[in-house]
Amino acid sequence: MIFPGLLSRLGCVLLLALGLLAGTLMLPRAAFAQGAAPDISAPLAQFTTDKYDDTETALNALAVSGSPAAAGIVAALADGRLFYSPATKQVLIRTAAGGYVDAAGGQPVAEAPPGLKAVRVNNRIRRAVEAASGALALVSPDPAKRLEAAGAVMRARDEAALPALDAALAKEADAKVKSALTLARASILIGKAGVSDADRIAAIETVGEEGNQDALAVLRSVPADAAPAVKAAANAAIDGIEYNLAIWSVGQNVWYGVSLGSVLLLAAIGLAITFGVMGVINMAHGEMVMLGAYTTFVVQELIRTYNPALFDASLLIAIPIAFVFTGLIGILIERTVIRFLYGRALETLLATWGISLILQQAIRTMFGPTNREVGAPSWMSGAFELGQLSITYGRLWIIIFAMLVFVALLATLRLTRIGLEMRAVTQNRRMAASMGIRTNWVDAMTFGLGSGIAGIAGVALSQIDNVSPNLGQSYIIDSFLVVVFGGVGNLWGTLVGAMSLGIANKMLEPYAGAVLGKIALLVIVILFIQKRPRGLFALKGRAIET
Amino acid sequence: MSTATTTPPALLGKSGLVFLAVVLGAAVLVPLLNLLTAPDSALHVPTYVVSLLGKYLTYALLALSVDLIWGYVGILSLGQGAFFALGGYAMGMYLMRQIGPRGVYGDPVLPDFMVFLNWKELPWFWYGFDMFPFAALMVVLAPGILALVFGWFAFRSRVTGVYLSIITQAMTFALLLAFFRNDMGFGGNNGLTDFKDILGFNIQADGTRLTLFVLSAVALALGYVLCRFLVRSHFGKVLIAIRDAETRVRFTGYRAENYKVVAFVVSAMLAGVAGALYVPQVGIINPSEFSPANSIEIIVWVAVGGRGTLIGAALGAVLVNYAKTYFTSGMLAPYWLFMLGGLFVAVTLFLPKGIVGTFYDWRSRRSPAPADLEPADLAPADLAPPDKALPEPKPAE
Repeated sequence: MIFPGLLSRLGCVLLLALGLLAGTLMLPRAAFAQGAAPDISAPLAQFTTDKYDDTETALNALAVSGSPAAAGIVAALADGRLFYSPATKQVLIRTAAGGYVDAAGGQPVAEAPPGLKAVRVNNRIRRAVEAASGALALVSPDPAKRLEAAGAVMRARDEAALPALDAALAKEADAKVKSALTLARASILIGKAGVSDADRIAAIETVGEEGNQDALAVLRSVPADAAPAVKAAANAAIDGIEYNLAIWSVGQNVWYGVSLGSVLLLAAIGLAITFGVMGVINMAHGEMVMLGAYTTFVVQELIRTYNPALFDASLLIAIPIAFVFTGLIGILIERTVIRFLYGRALETLLATWGISLILQQAIRTMFGPTNREVGAPSWMSGAFELGQLSITYGRLWIIIFAMLVFVALLATLRLTRIGLEMRAVTQNRRMAASMGIRTNWVDAMTFGLGSGIAGIAGVALSQIDNVSPNLGQSYIIDSFLVVVFGGVGNLWGTLVGAMSLGIANKMLEPYAGAVLGKIALLVIVILFIQKRPRGLFALKGRAIET
Repeated sequence: MSTATTTPPALLGKSGLVFLAVVLGAAVLVPLLNLLTAPDSALHVPTYVVSLLGKYLTYALLALSVDLIWGYVGILSLGQGAFFALGGYAMGMYLMRQIGPRGVYGDPVLPDFMVFLNWKELPWFWYGFDMFPFAALMVVLAPGILALVFGWFAFRSRVTGVYLSIITQAMTFALLLAFFRNDMGFGGNNGLTDFKDILGFNIQADGTRLTLFVLSAVALALGYVLCRFLVRSHFGKVLIAIRDAETRVRFTGYRAENYKVVAFVVSAMLAGVAGALYVPQVGIINPSEFSPANSIEIIVWVAVGGRGTLIGAALGAVLVNYAKTYFTSGMLAPYWLFMLGGLFVAVTLFLPKGIVGTFYDWRSRRSPAPADLEPADLAPADLAPPDKALPEPKPAE
């Protein structure tokens, strides 16, 4: 009973194996048989005449032949690897290894016939090769390649591509590729001589709907001698696209502005806390950011050395380390220096400036004055398109991160005991002390928290800025402006301040240039302070002097 | 000076006279030592040292200008370097015009950098700088007008304390960025340099350098007398009152903002003069003079010497800069920033009144009737601090 079953099973397996074997043996032949269906012997023969005209005709014929061998032949011609034998009229392709294969079938040729000559190429042929490879790409089995080829045809607007385009359009099944092909066809029709006005206007409408820079270029190519109706349609389409693009460009600027704003927010929010709660101007705040960035560097170096697999998580690992490290340094500074300077706000400015010099020089001594390389994990590189906006993942993550930090800080101040105490001390230090709050302790914790936040800001900024000892210096002035603009004692003020300064900066930039825009912004903030000497969201109070 | 409370105090106290004697003595002695001693003599002062000392003296004048507003009015300006640089640029423009056709490109009117930028005409704001009197006027007017406009807006809006410090910093930062631009017409990144003549004298010549040194010393002495006069006058008393309790002064009927604007403008003009004397001695002015870090450093000179003691400001400027020259030129160069930073911390922690203020304290402890000390002269640390860090009761909502 067992044997027959076993046998039959064995038989099955054997059959299957045989089938597979046969399949593998037959597959190339089958493919070949299929691909050989369109006869390309005529164009191949033309390669052997050694005339440019014939070569070009052959190329064009190949491009629309639909033969799977065509792409290889065209590529070989482009690279100068296409040879023919004047004696046997064989056309061969030299492989990378140095052997030869038959151009039509792809079978290796055991012995190359003597007197092989390369098919000659001149500029005209090179252009024809480009067109042919474009046309071949239009029917490539890979939809992404077809899409790309359609875009290339649209930008080139070569009338010669029209037949290939029509052929490809007839076969295309993918809707996305199909619309790209239609668009490419329409853009060729717009400039082609001998097209009826109605067709041309229809083409203009098709292109006008696309609404990007490429479409704009196509529409601008409408011939000067076109009918008025055509021109009017083109102009209307151009206006529409330009309006559309203008809106997108405002959107892009806002996006850049939000991105800059979140960087400012990260840099300034720690400052807002120490300044708000303690009235201390911490000039070393920028150096805390720098220390955070260097922490990231060190963490990444350790990961590279000991466990490269963790590299993508390096930033996540660096965040808590940077927070604790810079937070502890902050507490150390508070306990050793700032604590003795309460009541002398402007002098803390001097002392912390001194500390910032010391920290900078310390880092310079340890790590050298040059920029250190901090890598980006894979999930932070790359970009995607949203309409006409190009959004990089790096910026997106920094914005998300800034918002998370903001929310976390807000929650800390609102929901925790230490947050309550901080708010109490901000509002009325003496009263808070009378209610039994250890203001000294609150001060130390606040300074530690502010510095820790600066540290994690440094982790984020290490991704977009040079990690050098001067990193902090470039942020300190902007951070102060944000805090002063937004008003002290209210985190929302810092958020609004950072975002408005960031967006205003990026909106000014296209008109005034980066430097003048920045100057204009500084002047605007200076003037704004005249109007509201305590910032946007000033803490309300009834004291004459605050 | 023990009669300070009964009779109008003499303009200069004993320490003021000593200070003037030292400054003017140096003005005489240093050139003499340079000219009359043999180059290998131990007493010989080489010309480069004379220029270096001259630079310190202009820094001292700059520090004096800061002390006038910080020590006596409580305005901590983090933008004083801007006024210094503006004065320097005014002088630099005069010196550029004096080069004439001797520039690299040989253009009789346009400075080299304008030829390089392919400019055809002199920009309008360069007109007149070929005349020394006009340039000298602009040395005080340019910083003065900026200070007037800035101060008028800021003080009328009652921007005070930290907020004022930060917008002054923003001001100098904006100017830094502006002057870095080539389009501004001030030589961009490289600034103005390659000077040849001043008033017809070769700027490299020893005689010119000695003269510039003497002029710097005289300017410092005059600046000191002016500041001293200001702070001892009725006007100065109001300034000190504003420093200690601005609101009360306002309630008493004084227009505090006007007093502050005047002090601010005078201080800016002094800084401008210091810059104008600085530029021919170092031979270059570039936008880095506007950098916020420079302005903060000036504050440290004053803090080291003693805030609210005019002499201390000058002394602090010379001491800190001497230390800087000494340490940055030797093996200790990498440690200079550690030392400067440490100095900031140490002075604020342990020497809040600075060297001179501490000396006054020490002397007043030894003799109950201080010779020429007035409370108002002191750094205000033992009075009510003008800049209360921790706000006095802000009423809770």
